[in-house]
Amino acid sequence: MATRLQFENNSDIGVFSKLTNSYCLCAIGGSTNFYSAFESELSDVVPIVHTTIGGTRILGRLTAGNRHGLLVPSTTNDQELQHLRNSLPDAVAVQRVEERLSALGNVIACNDHVALVHPDVDRETEEIIADVLKVEVFRQTIADNVLVGSYCAITNQGGLVHPKTSVQDQDELSSLLQVPLVAGTVNRGSDVIGAGLVVNDWCAFTGFDTTAMEISVIEAIFKLQGREQTAVINDMRDSLVDSWA
Amino acid sequence: MEFVQSAPIHRVLCADCGTPIVPNGANLCVACLRNTIDITEGIPKQSSVAFCKNCERFLSPPLTWTIARPESQELLAICLKKLKGLNKVRLTEAHFIWTEPHSKRLRVSMTIQKEVLTATILEQIFEIEFLVQYTQCPDCTRIAAKNTWRALVQVRQKVQHKRTFLFLEQLILKHGAQKDTISVKEVRDGLDFFYSQKSHAVKMTEFLTGSVPVRSKASEQLLSSDTHSNTATFKHTFSVEIAPICKDDLVCIPPKQARSLGNISPLTICTRVGNSIHLIDPQTLQLCEVNAPVYWRVPFFSLASVTDLVEFTVLDIEPSGPTKGKWVLADAQVALSGAFRSSGNNGDDVEMDYELASSANQIFHTRTHLGAILQPGDVVMGYHLTNTNFNSDDFAQLSSDRIPDIVLVKKAYPNRRKKNKTRNWKLRSIAKEAGEDGETSGARGVVGRTGGRDSKKVDLDYEIFLRDLEEDLEMRGAVNLYKIQKDEGAETAEIASRLAGGKQRAKGQLDPDVQMTDGVQEVDEEEADFPEVKLDELLEEFDEMTLQDNEVHPHST
Repeated sequence: MATRLQFENNSDIGVFSKLTNSYCLCAIGGSTNFYSAFESELSDVVPIVHTTIGGTRILGRLTAGNRHGLLVPSTTNDQELQHLRNSLPDAVAVQRVEERLSALGNVIACNDHVALVHPDVDRETEEIIADVLKVEVFRQTIADNVLVGSYCAITNQGGLVHPKTSVQDQDELSSLLQVPLVAGTVNRGSDVIGAGLVVNDWCAFTGFDTTAMEISVIEAIFKLQGREQTAVINDMRDSLVDSWA
Repeated sequence: MEFVQSAPIHRVLCADCGTPIVPNGANLCVACLRNTIDITEGIPKQSSVAFCKNCERFLSPPLTWTIARPESQELLAICLKKLKGLNKVRLTEAHFIWTEPHSKRLRVSMTIQKEVLTATILEQIFEIEFLVQYTQCPDCTRIAAKNTWRALVQVRQKVQHKRTFLFLEQLILKHGAQKDTISVKEVRDGLDFFYSQKSHAVKMTEFLTGSVPVRSKASEQLLSSDTHSNTATFKHTFSVEIAPICKDDLVCIPPKQARSLGNISPLTICTRVGNSIHLIDPQTLQLCEVNAPVYWRVPFFSLASVTDLVEFTVLDIEPSGPTKGKWVLADAQVALSGAFRSSGNNGDDVEMDYELASSANQIFHTRTHLGAILQPGDVVMGYHLTNTNFNSDDFAQLSSDRIPDIVLVKKAYPNRRKKNKTRNWKLRSIAKEAGEDGETSGARGVVGRTGGRDSKKVDLDYEIFLRDLEEDLEMRGAVNLYKIQKDEGAETAEIASRLAGGKQRAKGQLDPDVQMTDGVQEVDEEEADFPEVKLDELLEEFDEMTLQDNEVHPHST
């Protein structure tokens, strides 16, 4: 299911929120409408955390994370870090990253298995990403844009990339990620996918301007249509059992 | 051979309608963009252009009125100027769509481009309808509203003919003094010039003072006054009277005046009227110049004018010595033209007037100032004083021995006239309301347009005026002559022939060749010294002349 919402009249909800399979981060706004929209979808499944990062609300662009962990930039202060550690499940590792490219959400795009990163991130950062998020890291660009986190959204089910991504690039990325990809738009033709869309394996939130046509593309590629949350969790559980067994 | 699969074409779905499209800046298909974004926003779809019905000009904002043909570039420019929002978009093309002229609609198809969203330029073709609104331009308003004048110059000359005004009209045209004139009206003995401002009338009065001997008087009439704001509106009237003395007039100066003017003999001929009156005594070549203030202190009048001239034939001429400028004093023997013809032709006239018959064959001896241009055999115009009665006290006071029998005035060119050549030049006119005052004739302008009783007389005056121009280089220099176009030539020829008809009826002194042509075979040589109008004296026609074109034949209605 994909839900349309906006943050204080702004359709770029990916800037103000972060959604993974095991938790949701949400910026503190003037009203709780934004939070409520997440809560109505996610309340009894994953924790929803109100927070700021380094005192700002643009946490979606500053943080990167998946089911296994959360990376926060060096600007994050100790209180925020403590708050996150307290609020998130114990299985989620929270790690502060000393990286020059501090908008981690813009430079890292990841699902639970693979991460695409900006070609210029430090080697140490790359190692931290691999360790904390438990992913394979690939330095990539999307449609010649280095900000891979901004121009794509990927989950374990599929991925939506910048509309100008060529077919060859899509094939290459698809083979790296091992999920189907499609070029598309959000927010009625906007190509900054990361800003207009937050998505996990069973639900998606898009900007208010997103058209029905775009939502149908999103639901199709992320396999959101007609799936119950429990079914997805069961799937995941099965795969976990498989991997650990 | 290996099959190489062509690269699949990269498409995304249009965000609105889901059509696969090549990704663009907006990621919307063209149709959806068109549906949602209107780049013509802010450009009015309907507008109006002002059009003056009388002069058929369009208002080109803010103030100018221009003549523009339907579907012309000029009209398109005027239309586009009316549109407000065009500065925000790029106009790539505009053209007219044909409309029925009577619909009072102009339809313009325009193609505009504008950047929408980011890096997306949208082009759109759309149509604007202009309503042609009939209005009246200020110029036409001025003509239509006859009572808007604030100042009036009444120019008067109390003489029998209109030639002074014909000449004055040309002078005014040459100096552009008519520029601010609202309208010109012909009245008895003169013209009224109407102006919207007093200063224009003052300017006109000053122009007249500079070009002819006048006396003027200003008066004003209070229309309304506002005691609170201390303002008042007036109608100003300037009465300008021109001295009633014209070129070639015979003038008898009052003896007292004559003494003060260098003791000139009282009986003189006016040679030129400019800012002052130039007089010459043909007996002694004494010249004197009477300027306007001197003249108006003691006004005197002419004894006889051009229409009283009688034709003489020069029998013998002998310069007697003194010369002054172009004047050469000479003793001449002249006889009345036709004096030595067989009496059968003139029989009726002779019988009617015995005194004339007795003097018909007489040879007159006289002194003349025309010694330089007269040759034996020439035809000359002069005043026949012996058989004329003048009703003038000043003339009566002259002792009879000081009065010559004949005063010769100017050389005539009857053979040249007989050809009845059409003129290759014409004059402009300041007349604007031609035809409105009913039937008038000819190329004459403002003078004589009232027609009616004296229209023939005015025709005659105009012909004399044109001849004067042809025969007098100095006078010709003061006016603008224009070339006649080929097709107009026929028109004026017709007018000329009509004039000739009028002359024959008028018969008189003006056209003695009527008498000469029947019977006696004259030498048909043209006078060699005729001051022909040279082609390089003529001006090309200008745009303003076209206005006059429809004035030339107001009688067509």
